[in-house]
Amino acid sequence: MINLDDTDRALLRALAQDSTQSTGALGRRLGLSQPATWRRLKRLREEGAIARTRLDLDLPALGFGVTVFLGISLAAKGRVSLADFERAVSAIPEVQTVQHVLGLYDYRLRVVARDLSDFERVLRRRIMTLPGVGAVDANVLLSEERLPGPL
Amino acid sequence: MQIDDSDRRLLRQLMAAPDASTAMLADRAGLTEATCWRRLERLRSRGILRGQRAVIDWRALGWQVEVSLRITLDKTNPRAFDEFIAAARAVPEVLEIQTFLGRVDVRLNVIARDMIHYQQVYRDRILPLPHIADLEALMHLSDIKSDASLPI
Repeated sequence: MINLDDTDRALLRALAQDSTQSTGALGRRLGLSQPATWRRLKRLREEGAIARTRLDLDLPALGFGVTVFLGISLAAKGRVSLADFERAVSAIPEVQTVQHVLGLYDYRLRVVARDLSDFERVLRRRIMTLPGVGAVDANVLLSEERLPGPL
Repeated sequence: MQIDDSDRRLLRQLMAAPDASTAMLADRAGLTEATCWRRLERLRSRGILRGQRAVIDWRALGWQVEVSLRITLDKTNPRAFDEFIAAARAVPEVLEIQTFLGRVDVRLNVIARDMIHYQQVYRDRILPLPHIADLEALMHLSDIKSDASLPI
């Protein structure tokens, strides 16, 4: 586990807002010298505090008017290979996220589509034909906000 | 608002490598550095590229538990959504708030240090949130695919 002080937390908060900020700009914001900021960023990256960079895109402007979350239960547990299902579902380009979960469903998918009829096509041709797929529950995303979390 | 094939190529390269320098992106998208920079600025000013954000690895920071809480609200109260969301925003362990059209009204992504801590967060901060009619939890086991590129 990585130990963070208040300055590290402030740096992570700033990068979670905008990861394109220069080391100099971040340092000025937090009252740190550029080398000190650079050393801290290097440690945070090396120790894995930052998983990746996410692009925040206006999906409707790019032609993706619909985002749907699917809860999928596998039909015959024990007889389907989880690895086969995971490989097949991950290969679908419209599927943005696949999470293995425990509870009412086995997998949770985030799917983008141009519109509802495009979503129906993805659902029928790509999702319902996956190996081992059982019950599918769909919820259309209306709004989404990400919060800074306990930093 | 139209984007052309060069924008698409540029966005594809950016999605594949969100931390790449402008020079590297330009090279991969087959643009000059100046054109690449200008196009990125235009995508930003038109609000298509709203930001590039670091995703924090909460597990690496010692937050071992991640739970998706799917919540149905008591919709007889017209203020249910607004009041629920405002209260959920104030819970530090809530990372995401999504609203839906479907069987579920709202989903919260909640993290905790371990199961004992999760129980505390659940009892002391989640259950007291206003207007909850029904609630079910999905425990997050692993990410199989995250933030994939858009098929543009």
